[in-house]
Amino acid sequence: MAQTIEATADQAFTHGAGSGRRVINIQPITRIEGHARIAIVLDDEGNVADTRLNIMALRGFEKFIEGRPAEEVPRIVNRICGICPWMHHTASNKAVDGCFGAKIPPAGKKLRELMLVMAQINDKILHFFFLAAPDFVLGPGADYSVRNVLGVVKAAPELAARVVKMRQAGQMMIEKFAGKVIHPVAVVPGGFSKPMTEAERQELLEKSREQLDFAIFCLNWAKKNVFAHLDDATVRLGEITTGFLGTVDPTDGSLNFFEGVLRLMRPDGSYQDFSHLEYAYYLGEHVEDWAYSKFPYARVWGEGFSMDPENPKGIYRVNTLARLNVCDKISTPLAQAELEEFRSRFGRPAQSTMLYHWARLIELLYACEKVVEHLEDPEITDPHVRNPVEPKAGRGVGCVEAPRGTLIHDYSTDKNGLITRANLIVGTTHNVAPMNMSIRQAAQSVIRHGVVTEEALNRVEMAVRCYDP
Amino acid sequence: MPVKVASEWLNSCSGCEVAILNLGETLLTVLPHLEFVHIPVLMDHKYFGQRGEGDLHHLEIPQATVGLISGGIRNQEHLEVAQAMRRSCEIIIALGTCATHGGIPALMNLFDNPALLERYYRTSESTDPHDPPADAVLPPILDRTYALDEKIQVDIYLQGCPPHPDLIAEALTALLEGREPRLPDKSVCDTCPTIRLGKGKLKKLHRFTHNAHYDPAKPLSEMHCLLEQGFQCLGPVTRAGCAGLSGEAPQCIRARVPCQGCYGPVRKDGNQLLDYLNALASNRIDVHSITDRATVLEFSGAHGLLKRRAAGK
Ligand code: SF4
Ligand code: SF4
Ligand code: SF4
Repeated sequence: MAQTIEATADQAFTHGAGSGRRVINIQPITRIEGHARIAIVLDDEGNVADTRLNIMALRGFEKFIEGRPAEEVPRIVNRICGICPWMHHTASNKAVDGCFGAKIPPAGKKLRELMLVMAQINDKILHFFFLAAPDFVLGPGADYSVRNVLGVVKAAPELAARVVKMRQAGQMMIEKFAGKVIHPVAVVPGGFSKPMTEAERQELLEKSREQLDFAIFCLNWAKKNVFAHLDDATVRLGEITTGFLGTVDPTDGSLNFFEGVLRLMRPDGSYQDFSHLEYAYYLGEHVEDWAYSKFPYARVWGEGFSMDPENPKGIYRVNTLARLNVCDKISTPLAQAELEEFRSRFGRPAQSTMLYHWARLIELLYACEKVVEHLEDPEITDPHVRNPVEPKAGRGVGCVEAPRGTLIHDYSTDKNGLITRANLIVGTTHNVAPMNMSIRQAAQSVIRHGVVTEEALNRVEMAVRCYDP
Repeated sequence: MPVKVASEWLNSCSGCEVAILNLGETLLTVLPHLEFVHIPVLMDHKYFGQRGEGDLHHLEIPQATVGLISGGIRNQEHLEVAQAMRRSCEIIIALGTCATHGGIPALMNLFDNPALLERYYRTSESTDPHDPPADAVLPPILDRTYALDEKIQVDIYLQGCPPHPDLIAEALTALLEGREPRLPDKSVCDTCPTIRLGKGKLKKLHRFTHNAHYDPAKPLSEMHCLLEQGFQCLGPVTRAGCAGLSGEAPQCIRARVPCQGCYGPVRKDGNQLLDYLNALASNRIDVHSITDRATVLEFSGAHGLLKRRAAGK
């Protein structure tokens, strides 16, 4: 029987083809950063028989960086994502450092982390207010012509003006110091391309304190106006039970976007820590016939891969909620207080998919505190920011936490320092299987007996937007 | 009457759309004059009806005066979306170097699809080896990465990866005022304040394995040109624009990093590699000292400029 359903579903999902079954195509999924679609197949009673979320892109970065000089690659692979180019740029540089055996001077490392954390700030503002907020400010059932950031601008002009201004200020802080903010070039194998002057530090510090004020405002605003009003159905939208993956500081298990050990947590909260060099032992990638994207899973659990919501196998999640679940604490005081409140309410690990938004704003607060901390450190202006590197044969694995999850860049080079092979696992990909499970859950909860409304379909998309793919 | 705008992204990274948002407060002043009818990154208009039960053979994009498209064309869906945009929009703007010249994803044109699929699905270190996903359930991948104008007619080209917000603002304002946009048409070097001493000493390029020589306390106008320092700076063969329209310096140069050519060729139909070889040769710099020629075309590899290497490579 299962086989017949599969066969019919396959037909139904076929690009451009139809079948006897009723199929709903949410295409494209909107207010996300990538290209994806959802197909929902209804059975004869009009209930959800099957669902699929498909990531549509296959650009081939892993292949076409073969042969390129490794030091050039960090400013090629940043084009994987125009929203988190700093994270790819940084992970890639770390991988090249590994290939060339580079040692990074302390100020070079500090500048790398500072830029990465600053970029996280802008991303979180962008996601929460421009992409996610319309569902909450205008409501999930508002007409699509107003349920967008322009609608938010009309409904809450003062808030919108402040958000636009602060995000813009954040982008300009990076651009002014590092030249290029979208598709950066300032992180280089061996360190950073330019030191920070004292005047630049003072100017950025002043602005970063304004950002911190803004982050506090955002979190309070969202708690009062969004999170306090979530009804039970919304809180449970897309809820699934999974494990989690994120990076923590090896010494005290605190949240760390920039470096540390990878922590893989099981649904019961037990976990294993591992070095990025061991990623392929702990994680595997499954392939389905119907998706270009792969489906990472926890290979080390030894249970294989399954997206069956009743009995998932190997499924873990990444991104904001995952990081807050795996970390033991947060090293900055305001964010730590928020984490404690969050944990006391939702436990550890928290599983509700909607909590990704809340976790995102706690991370925004952490990022702002962290930036101030870095800029208060006068040693960040040490002019020694890069050690020369020597192209040679080697292997390097570079990891960082992107807004969308753990990035893994694994490269090998030949004796001339040209890339011979590369393997990448990028943030959103880790969440492809969980997103598929969440849309199944969401679709089943909002579509019954053949009644399909625009609001119901938007609710299915809301489950996806939590993951910010 | 606000101008209707439709926006799409194809084989792209969303950086071009973030560049639009980076107009910041300027965006808030232009917005009342624009009416977005379709823009997947911000708005929930769907291809096959809002309830997802429309005809899958008929991808619907509302009529608009202006169509913004970022990204090149890599699969059948990109092609269909591009064609639908062309049918619905009076003026098509190719937004960003991926759309105008293929951009970074056109590096894929050095390889063929079987090599990609083999690596991606069979030999990758973390992947359980599997047949590549079947085409029937997915938009088929085209034989290579195309710039937009290889498949549909383009009216305005906005080069840049991504285009500077000043250029986007100028293009939008020009459209609102019913005139041609005034975009930079010289080279990055023309906007670069560094000191050039002229022909002479440099014989070979070297790789960017150490930082440039400069005094961080001093402005760029006191830094020696990075090409003359021996780095592969593509400023001479790259379209100006990243310095914006208010007299800033080129963005990478501000980071003290050589230009990688992200605005594509100076003349729209130019060839950055040929131009660079000529520029080096006329300055008596050894053209064989370029480590990897593909990097000179890494933003403009569509239009048949980057080709497959011999089998096995
Ligand atoms: S031109 Fe650059 S920013 Fe625009 S889509 Fe292409 S890679 Fe992204
Ligand atoms: S070659 Fe590079 S550094 Fe020299 S003038 Fe041109 S852009 Fe500036
Ligand atoms: S300097 Fe060159 S690579 Fe850098 S932003 Fe400008 S055009 Fe692009």
